[in-house]
Amino acid sequence: MSLIAAPPRLELRGITKRYPSVVANQDIDLVVQPSEIHALLGENGAGKSTLMKIVYGVVKPDTGSVFWNGQAVKIRSPAQARALGIGMVFQHFSLFDTLTVAQNIALALDQKQDMQALSARIVEVSNRYGLPLEPDRLVHLLSVGERQRVEIVRCLLQEPQLLIMDEPTSVLTPQAVRKLFETLRRLAAEGCSILYISHKLDEIRELCHTATVLRGGKVTGMANPQLESSKSLAELMIGKELPAYRRASTRALGEPSLVINDLSRATTDPFGTSLKHVQLSVHAGEIVGIAGVSGNGQQELLYALSGEQPGRREEVLIKGQEAGQLDAAERRSLGLRFVPEERLGRGAVPEMPLELNALLTGYANGLAPKGWIQYAKIREFSKACIERFNVKAGGPQAAAKSLSGGNVQKYIVGRELMLNPQVLIIAQPTWGVDVGAASFIRQTLLDLSQAGVAVLVISEELDELFEICDQIAVIEGGQLSPAKPVAQTSVEEIGLLMGGTRTSHVTEQRVA
Amino acid sequence: MLRLELRPAPSRLMIYLSPLLAMALMLVVGMIVFTILGQPPLKAFHAFFVEPINDWYGFGELLIKSSPLALIALGLAVGFRANIWNIGAEGQLIMGAIAAGGVALWLHETTNAWILLPLMFIAGALGGMFWASIPAFLRTRFNTSEILVSLMLVYVANLILSWLIHGPWRDPDGYGFPQSKLFESSAILPIMMEGTRVHAGLFITVLALIAAGIFFRWSLTAFQMRVAGLAPKAALYAGFKQKKMVWLGLLAGGAAAGLAGTSEVAGPIGQLLIPISPGYGFAAIIVAFVGRLHPVGIVLASLLMALLYLGGESAQMQLALPAAVSGVFQGMLLFFLLATDVLIQFKLRWVSKASVGAA
Repeated sequence: MSLIAAPPRLELRGITKRYPSVVANQDIDLVVQPSEIHALLGENGAGKSTLMKIVYGVVKPDTGSVFWNGQAVKIRSPAQARALGIGMVFQHFSLFDTLTVAQNIALALDQKQDMQALSARIVEVSNRYGLPLEPDRLVHLLSVGERQRVEIVRCLLQEPQLLIMDEPTSVLTPQAVRKLFETLRRLAAEGCSILYISHKLDEIRELCHTATVLRGGKVTGMANPQLESSKSLAELMIGKELPAYRRASTRALGEPSLVINDLSRATTDPFGTSLKHVQLSVHAGEIVGIAGVSGNGQQELLYALSGEQPGRREEVLIKGQEAGQLDAAERRSLGLRFVPEERLGRGAVPEMPLELNALLTGYANGLAPKGWIQYAKIREFSKACIERFNVKAGGPQAAAKSLSGGNVQKYIVGRELMLNPQVLIIAQPTWGVDVGAASFIRQTLLDLSQAGVAVLVISEELDELFEICDQIAVIEGGQLSPAKPVAQTSVEEIGLLMGGTRTSHVTEQRVA
Repeated sequence: MLRLELRPAPSRLMIYLSPLLAMALMLVVGMIVFTILGQPPLKAFHAFFVEPINDWYGFGELLIKSSPLALIALGLAVGFRANIWNIGAEGQLIMGAIAAGGVALWLHETTNAWILLPLMFIAGALGGMFWASIPAFLRTRFNTSEILVSLMLVYVANLILSWLIHGPWRDPDGYGFPQSKLFESSAILPIMMEGTRVHAGLFITVLALIAAGIFFRWSLTAFQMRVAGLAPKAALYAGFKQKKMVWLGLLAGGAAAGLAGTSEVAGPIGQLLIPISPGYGFAAIIVAFVGRLHPVGIVLASLLMALLYLGGESAQMQLALPAAVSGVFQGMLLFFLLATDVLIQFKLRWVSKASVGAA
């Protein structure tokens, strides 16, 4: 490129940010050139988000300096960042469901807008970058991918010179990811720099020109991702080698342990998804995965399966027994164990110590005989769980909320596994968990299925499902596709199902 | 502008200190109020907080007042820990007193106190529980707010009592005053401390205190109710029986209030009249929170609240201040407690206008 003589678009020197309990960023240097797609790679808690918040003016660094196109700047607020030409697309969208696309965009712009002119500009910009949007549509009618387009277009309208994307693909189908990459490449070709935050190594290898790797708040390496393998990038990221999974080649499948029988459930939430005729069997000794873009009925299905929202008796069979009308405790006594996606507040009580959290689902397993809590027993149970599942915690008396997300997850998974499941339902098993712990949890699930437990995994991470599952089904618009053996399907095929007929139908309608 | 910011970790020490801090703030502002009212603050302080308990009799009065407060607060705490908000203990107290008083009037020929008093306490507890079962039923059946229902039933209970003592239960020899006959001596609790009015009702409170202490720490049910209070979704996830908790939470408060009402009519009052309680059922809500829903804290808080009652009476007599002064102090105490509690969880930070607009 002929731009080498130009100053870097963004340069960070010696950025340090301390929080009361942790140093989020320590002496970080980062250089982003014009037109460059620069990956910021790191595990959860490595300090990526803090660094990006510093660039976007949300957080002030304790020390260090920021240079923008060669000039030293202090970015005091997001408004100032936007004025400089920095745009950011957050991982969690900040859109109002009940407003239109144009209204949402107008809200985020710093000046007052003429709505007519704004709508025209939205159409123009969105078409130029291949992100078709209809300005007058209400946001709650949009698919997740379309909502992300709104966020991106909102940034593009301000003609940014640097676009920060925080884990943009975690909610997209593989096909939507490809479209997004096309847009990002076009933007970069026009001179816009992109800071791309992710822990998905394949994507970074495909898209990015340079990668800066963070670990524990420090820069641990720079790499050209196109020259690295996913394995070598992962090792840079976690600082050690990844263990390979052990799984038996052949396994005897047992009886169906969990059967979902024509489960339909109308949602009461205006933005929820109704379940339609869901049908699935999970046999003892197998792992079945349910893939899907979030918001397609996963929550509703989990509530129906766990017993948090019971329904008709014949909808759910646990080990051959009709259980659809039972509550969560009654289903547990049939051998069902469930690890929800929300760890604090649902899977565990944040304010309570770990030992009392053991009691949450373990009280029927001898921890509180005749309704009286035996503190010695819950302490012992809790200690064993902490040791076996390598939970980093101050001990059984540490409050659940004092643990990091990954360690709470290990504790909850550990608790449920120690309570002898025969059927295990687990949602987003490795969400927010670091790479090392994630591979440990996946291995644990594999071991469990080999021991004859029926495992149902609901995850948004396709790679994960392909790594551990025997069969995969896709949930889309509240409907579940028939489960297919992993060997007989592909990421492509599952991705198409995830996009579903519904989304393409809507798109066609709008184009017409 | 000022903004509240979540603290990374609330101080454990301050969680226990904040009731004391609230008390100190109440005293300071109280002194200011006294000064504005034209009273020398030290004399007023002496009249309010020292005078009432500087003799044995006064100390007895303190116990008499703190006993029902602690008893009701313990019962309410069972429900409060599970976010079940029984605001109507005052009404349950009245219904308990009516039930116990009814037994006393009906069995007035029974001379054996060992039979009559236990019967009165059983009736009192049942009366309070009956009144608490109405919000419990409506909540579990129709999902109505137990806060509103229990509160409104206070006024209904008061009217029932009023009707009884104006009508069927009025003392025929009472010169037309709206009050029942005086109870026979077998329906009156014996005095426990010489030279005071402290009666055996105190034992009920002590027993309830021990029972609550054991229940809160070791019972699985209390644990489940605490979970429901702290993290309702976790209670649903664990499959705890929500309806059972609503019933238990409301009935415990109702029973405690009913027992307290019985102690009042079988103790210092000795008959049915209006008022039976100077707002114990409402003050107990403050006691439960100042006491951190913990038995030991509740005992300390009930002593403080009882002192506020006595101080208010003493201030009326000595300083010619209105009776409302007690209420002012109670209100300030709760206000400062809630305020200090907010500051345990959050810190105040000054934020410039510009960054507020942008965020």
